[in-house]
Parts: sequence; C-alpha cells; structure tokens
Amino acid sequence: MKIWSSLLAVVALVLIAWLGTGVAGLYTVFGVGIPYLAFLIFALGFIYRILKWGRSPVPFCIPTTCGQEKSLPWIKHNKIENPSGTAGVVGRMILEILFFRSLFRNLKTEKRGDKLGFGSAKWLWLGGLAFHWSMLIILLRHLRFFLDPVPSLVRGLDGLDSFLQIGLPILYITDIIIVAALLYLLARRLFVPQVRYISLASDYFPLFLLLGIVTSGILMRYFLRVDVVSVKELALGLVTLRPTVPTDIGSIFFIHVFLVSSLFAYFPWSKLMHAGGIFLSPTRNMANNSRRVRHINPWNYPVDVHSYAEYEAEFKEKMKKAGVPVETE
Amino acid sequence: MIYGGKKIFAGLFIFVVLLISPFLANIGKADAQPNPSLNTPAINALATKQCVGSQQFMRTYHMQLLNQWRDQALRHGEYTYVNSQGQKFTISLENTCLKCHSNEQQFCNTCHTYVGVTPYCWECHQKGATQ
Amino acid sequence: MAKLPKQDELLQISYKPPKTPWMDLPVDFKPGTYCHGAKGKDLQAVGFPNARDWSPGEEDWKLPEEWKDTVLAGMADRLGKYRSFRLFMDVCVRCGACADKCHFYMGSGDPKNMPVLRAELMRSVYRRYFTKSGQLFGRLAGARDLTVDVLKEWWYYFYQCTECRRCSVFCPYGIDQAEITIMGRELLNLLGLNTEWISGPVANCYMKGNHVGLEPHTMVSNIEYLVDDIETLTGIHITPSFNRKGAEILFVVPSGDYYADPGMYTCMGYLMLFEELGLDYTWSTYAGEGGNFGFFTSNEMAKRLNAKIYAEAKRLGVKWILGGECGHMWRVLNQYMDTWNGPADFLEEPVSPITGTKFTNATSTKMVHIAEFTADLIHHNKIKLDPSRNDNLRVTFHDSCNPARGMGILEEPRYIIKNVCNNFFEMPEDTIREKTLCCGSGAGLNPGENMEVRLRGGFPRANAVKYVQEKHGVNMLANICAVDRVALPTLMDYWVPGVGVCGVHELVGNALVMKGEKKRETDMRGEPLPERSAEA
Repeated sequence: MKIWSSLLAVVALVLIAWLGTGVAGLYTVFGVGIPYLAFLIFALGFIYRILKWGRSPVPFCIPTTCGQEKSLPWIKHNKIENPSGTAGVVGRMILEILFFRSLFRNLKTEKRGDKLGFGSAKWLWLGGLAFHWSMLIILLRHLRFFLDPVPSLVRGLDGLDSFLQIGLPILYITDIIIVAALLYLLARRLFVPQVRYISLASDYFPLFLLLGIVTSGILMRYFLRVDVVSVKELALGLVTLRPTVPTDIGSIFFIHVFLVSSLFAYFPWSKLMHAGGIFLSPTRNMANNSRRVRHINPWNYPVDVHSYAEYEAEFKEKMKKAGVPVETE
Repeated sequence: MIYGGKKIFAGLFIFVVLLISPFLANIGKADAQPNPSLNTPAINALATKQCVGSQQFMRTYHMQLLNQWRDQALRHGEYTYVNSQGQKFTISLENTCLKCHSNEQQFCNTCHTYVGVTPYCWECHQKGATQ
Repeated sequence: MAKLPKQDELLQISYKPPKTPWMDLPVDFKPGTYCHGAKGKDLQAVGFPNARDWSPGEEDWKLPEEWKDTVLAGMADRLGKYRSFRLFMDVCVRCGACADKCHFYMGSGDPKNMPVLRAELMRSVYRRYFTKSGQLFGRLAGARDLTVDVLKEWWYYFYQCTECRRCSVFCPYGIDQAEITIMGRELLNLLGLNTEWISGPVANCYMKGNHVGLEPHTMVSNIEYLVDDIETLTGIHITPSFNRKGAEILFVVPSGDYYADPGMYTCMGYLMLFEELGLDYTWSTYAGEGGNFGFFTSNEMAKRLNAKIYAEAKRLGVKWILGGECGHMWRVLNQYMDTWNGPADFLEEPVSPITGTKFTNATSTKMVHIAEFTADLIHHNKIKLDPSRNDNLRVTFHDSCNPARGMGILEEPRYIIKNVCNNFFEMPEDTIREKTLCCGSGAGLNPGENMEVRLRGGFPRANAVKYVQEKHGVNMLANICAVDRVALPTLMDYWVPGVGVCGVHELVGNALVMKGEKKRETDMRGEPLPERSAEA
C-alpha cells in the first residue's frame, strides 16, 4: 500500500506532464508557470520551516559528546567529536554535513549463537554519500542551462564528470552513480526487514520521484534527445524573467521539469527538510562547554523548592542528636 | 522571536543568495541566442542548402550521428552513409562535414559554448585539415 | 516479582519484525517487562497531578477525563519550548541506522525498541495533530489518533528507554531518542503516569534530601559505619563533617554510595582519599543527593531537586563543589544545572588545594568531577599508590552512558585505573567510550519487577564483559556510576558469573597508601590481599 501508492503518485505525475504538454499543449503552464510556482514554494517553504524551528528555543546545552571532553591540560581533548568552542563545532558540522560523520560510525549488530557481534557496516554511509554528492554535482552541472556564459567552474565540473568519454553525448559518471545509489537505497528499504517495517509512504515517494527525475533526465540526454539549445533558451528565459516558450522540445523534457518541480514543491513539507534541519540539530551544533559558559534558557522560570529551612524544621531534633549543626536553636 | 536569530538569518541569507544566484548572475544581460553561421564558400556554392539530415534532426542528434559515423568508419570500415532520403554520403568528419562547415568558430562553437559543451572531436581530428 | 526466565529463553531473540504493522500491535503488559505504577502519596508529595494508586497491568489507568486535551496541549507547549523536540519530530528519514544500536532492541528484538520506532510512537501523534499532511492523509502519512492504547504504549516504551543516547551517536542528524523519551515522560507525568521506582525516590529526595529517604541522622550513621570499617582496615580514624559552614568544598555523591553494596566501597574510597589529602570538605544531609530522578520525570522536577546543591553551597559558604561518581548526575550537572539554577556567582572558580590546578573547564558551574580531581592528583604525584594491592583484580571499565555521551569524561577514569591497578583490559572498541552499551537499568529502570527487561537490555553490555572475561580473565567491572553499581551486579551474576562490580574510587582506596596506616590484610570487601613477594 505504502509502496504502491508512492509509485502510483509518481506515475501520475509523469502522466500529467505528458498529457499536459504532449496532448493538451500547455507548454507555458509546464515550462514556465509550474517551475516558477515550485521554485517559490520551495524557497518560501524552506525559509518558513527553518523559522518555525527557530521559534523554538534551545533551552539546554545538549551536545552528544563522542569523544574526550576538554578538561585537564595533559589529557588529549577530542576537539571535533567533543567540541569546546565554535571552531570545533564548525569542524564537527562540516564533517557531519559534507561527509556524514555519524553515519560513518554505523555498525551492524549480529547475533551469533548466544553472543552478539558488531561488524562494520559502511554501505548505508557509502550509498547515502554517493547519492547526495552526485545530486549536488548534477545540480551544479545544470547551471550550464541557467548561466550565459557558462562559468569555467561549471564547465570544469562537467568535464570531470564526463572524463571517461563514453558515448556521445558523453556519459556522466554521476548519472550512473546516482541511479545505483537510489536503487540501493530503495532496495534496502524494500528488502531489509527492519527498514521495511519502519518505512512510510513518505519514505518511498521521494525515492520514486528522484528515480523518475533521474530516469527522465537520462532518457532525454542519451535516448529521446531534445534540442539542448532550445532547452537553454527556456532555462535562461526563466532566470532572466523573460520566459520564452519553445514548443519544439519533446514531452520528455516537460516530464523531467514537472517531476523536478514536484520535488521542489514537496521538499519543504517533507522529511527532505533534513537538509536544513541538520544545521539546527542541538546535539551536533553546540559546544560541550556548559560548565565553563552558562547556557541561558529563555523560558527558565522559578520553581517550588523544598528549602533548607523547611528541611531543618522537620529534622532539627534528629540532626542535633546526630551532631549535625543547625541554623536555629 | 527567532532564537539564535543571527546565525539562522545568516544561514537563510546564504541559502537565498545561492538559490537566486542564477537570477542575479543574469541581471542586465541580453538574451544572446546562438546564431550558427552558414556563410561559408562551400555552402554558398550549393544549389540546395541541405545537410545530411533535416535541420531539426541535425540540431538534436548530430553528436549521435557523428558517434555512429566514427564507429562505422573506424571499427567496421564502412565509409558510406545512407540518409532517410536514400542519399549517400561519405562518412568523414573532415571531408564531409567540415567541407561545408569550414567555419568552426561561427558554426560549431556558437552553440557548444552557449550550452557549455566541449566536444572532443579535435583530440584526434585536426582543425581545418581540409584547407 | 515475576520468575526470572532462563538464559536460553531470553536468548530466543529474533530481529525479524512481525507481519503485523506496528500501529496495529497493542502493548502486551507481560509481568517482568514493566515497572509498578507511581504511588499516589509520592506524586502528592511533590504536587503532581492525578495523584492516585494505579497499576499498569489493569485495564483502567484512572486517567482524568480531559486527558487527551492535556497531552495535546502539553505537546504543543513543549514543541514551542524545545527546538530538539520539534526538529526531531520533523527530520527523521527513517534510514534505520539507529535501529540495532539500542540495547533493548538487541536484547529483545521488539521492533518498538528500535529508537526510530520508539520515536515514531510519538511522531505518529505529532503528525496527526500538528501537521497538515497527517491531518489530510492520516495513516498513509504515518499519522494516528491519540487513544488510551497509544498512551499505554507510550508509557510502556518511554519507560523502556534508558535515555542513554547511543542512538544519537549514530544518527546522521543527531536525533536523540533521549530527548523524545524525556518529552514523552513529561507528557505522561501530566497525567500522573510515572513509575513507583522513579516517583518514590523523587518524593524522598525532595523531602529528605536523598533518593533512598535516609533522614539526616541515618545518613550520618551510615557514613560513620563506613568510617569504622576504614579504621578496621587501616587503623586510621576519620572524622567526616556534615553541613559544616566555612568548609572549602561541598562534596555531593549519589546516595546509593552511602549504604548499598558495592557503592559503599566507592564511598570509603572517597573518605580515605580526602583524609589522606587533609581536604577541607563537608558532606551535606540537605543536599545529600547528586543523582536526580527528577530528570526521569520532568525538567521542572529535575530542577527542583537540583536546586538544593547550589542553595546548600551558598548557605554553607563553600568555595566550590566536588561531585562523586555518578552517571545521569553528571549529565545533569554538566548540561543542565548552571542553566536551571545558576549563575553560581557566590562560589569561586574551582582550584585543587593540593595541586593548585585550576579546573578551567568548570569555571561557571564551579563543580568538578572527582575523576578529574583524582586524575590531577595522580598526575602531580600527590598520593602514594600501591597498585599491586589490586593484583587479584583483572579490571575492565564500563563507560557509563551519560558521562560518555553527555559529557565526555573518558580518559580520566582510565588514567586513574591504570595507576591503581596493574591489570586493565578494554572491552571491544564498539562497546566502549561514545559507543558504550548501557547497563539496561538507567533512567529509573532499576527496580526488581521489570527484571526481564533489565536483563535483556543489559545483555549487550554483559556480552562484551563476557568477551574480556574469556579472553583476559577479567573479574572486575569498574565504572563511575551509582546506577551501574546497583544494576550491574545482578546483570553480571545472571550473564557473566564471576565478574564483580566496583566504582573507580574503590580501586583508589585499595591502592592508596595512607600515612600511618597499619599493614593491610584485606581489601575493603574483606578479601585477603594478593600475596606479594616484595613490599613497596
């Protein structure tokens, strides 16, 4: 149910784009209106979600410490895994965001007879990293459609990504990697029993959607060719706010664009916001310095306390008998 | 009230700037659509200005056709290409394509530069070899 | 108490999840797997709502009529107060990296003990009432109604989490199930749904100054009893002081160390060390508890209990505070105390009177961990140690969850152990330091009635101990946590017989050569000292 509904949703999106352009000829809607709308939803939605998190304070200093604290000068302090200040936190966040440090620790727990064993389990880390880095490179590569002249950085990236020189148009390495990574991520969701048990429709949908985007992109580049010059004219038109609507681009292009628009519009309202959330995660972005620097809780309020006076009032005689000094006679 | 507002707004500022950077980068730039030139002596001398395929086909598929030509010529020793009209052409970049399109700068490069493509034709072929 | 299951029964663990989706599986309140319900009198003592006697095994939990509104309003309130809560409700991608990191999951195979599902118990309700997608798509979006069964499920599983934070070490977004459990318990406490083992100590601590409910004279006599034992052992008479104004240092320990075996040996270690140093310190009967079961109840309750430490330090006019070996106590002292009850501007920045070392990492809280204090002493050669007195021990060290993952005090205890013992062996790397495995009884889960769950939860830790027992003949499990000292002996007897449990300062006390002491015949436990060829 969760799986099929997600897959069907993506198929429906493909059909909508195909019918909308191939049959109904709504090129302006699918080439201009929807991309603009999706972009706005993404930008505003992303900001809204971040601000919503921002409205909740961080009342306590709760970093998860994963290494030796800064204490005595002769004990080696783990500056990254247990940061004591901003520099360490920045280092920790960089490792976390760019290299998925925590996921790199992943272990596999296995029961062998009456014993437990812990084995290395780096595949999830590798698959996740492969997907995210490919995604980033592909995103940056697409800047060649939005910038004129194409910056040398983008050209260089393009060249690196296609240095194998297989086929024409030259095969991008990231195209292969991202498909493999997405299929791996989908496969573990489908076939690892625990992961399947915890998965929701909102876990499958983005995977199918991304696979749809990647597949349509690959089809368009390598098989169902479209005229790249027209594509760039459309893309440049969008970013110069002078949209033109070429009608001579195949439906595969509009399917690709519509799926990407769907991803943009879906992004802020879904788990994909982990992309923004990671920056705000208090167990990672705080320094473990709460004994040195007082962390302020903005809603700290006075509470009822059982005072010493009340305590002594109750136990005075017993305290005196035991030789414990008291305040009042 | 946004707690940790300075950092959050700084982060969002960077996010927004990155997001709209393609818009910003294009401000004040005229649309410069590529206009590949067909003005070469060889083309001007043609009675009917017709390439090996239709203009639409060539725009979209020329790289695949060239790739196919290369494989046919170098791997299978076939040097004749028959197009959809039944016309025959000699498979040769330098002697067929470039014979007409001798203006690489004004023809090939206009679009390639526009969409950021770097063809690797010239890693083997020599520019202007026919001249 | 339910009969203890046999080892091979407990080890029938399957990690294969059931066919039935988890939302359709109600909790089975099987004796041995859950704690007794909170007693009305204990809730009343601290002014908690819905104070009444109740039993989780019974159908009727005697909930107030408007319970659902209370919970949802409580959730809304906390979503606005804790970024961790709102964020951790939103950003999980269910990658499953945390799934097999929880000791309760490893020991039970119950899918709801996977941290991700434990969190989904709460997230499903969050989605239903606080997100558009949950309201629109319901179950398809992973949302579900808040019902009495859901509430019971929360109670069962949020009191089957030791807030050990191991999952958060592995989570790529740092989602900390402890934060979600803490919120869950806060909400449950709005309805008087605590456990007897937590609310009892909370009431005791609030009224009497320590969890176990020792009244001041009893606390004094307990310590005097330990003093007598020390005199028998060493011939040295110690006169500790209580509630003494003008002392330089206030010393606060978890109350288990006053009387419980083997925590009291750790306490003897403190007493002997301070005597040898001539430290100007005092105990307090009012702030006689470093541990904080309020932390397993609600942040407000934790703050109310914790407030006594600074209040007492101020009343007695001490310069700074020294804290004993305890796990969650140090999570609270490190990450919460100063925020709740500071600033402690009436105290001075802590300086060791023996070595002159400034504890620059504690300049605001003014509270120092005894392992930091003692490591510093040893580093400066300020105490005479004879590690061969511990030669009968082959020691391994269990990093307690909270000091490891909520503070990072990893090297100090190891440094001390290596200086007071000759035989120290580490457990496998994936089971120590930040990846340490919980004792299975933390966060208030150490009564007797839930023994099956404790044994299951403690199995991964015991398994690692067994490994070093077989490989290195390890026979002593050292730690710096009072709950460990209470919980691990049971666990060791069940899973790894032959391995004892001790605090690090018990080992210090045994190795400490005191000025003017008589020749020791036994260690603190009365065991004959290992034969030595040459006296130091």
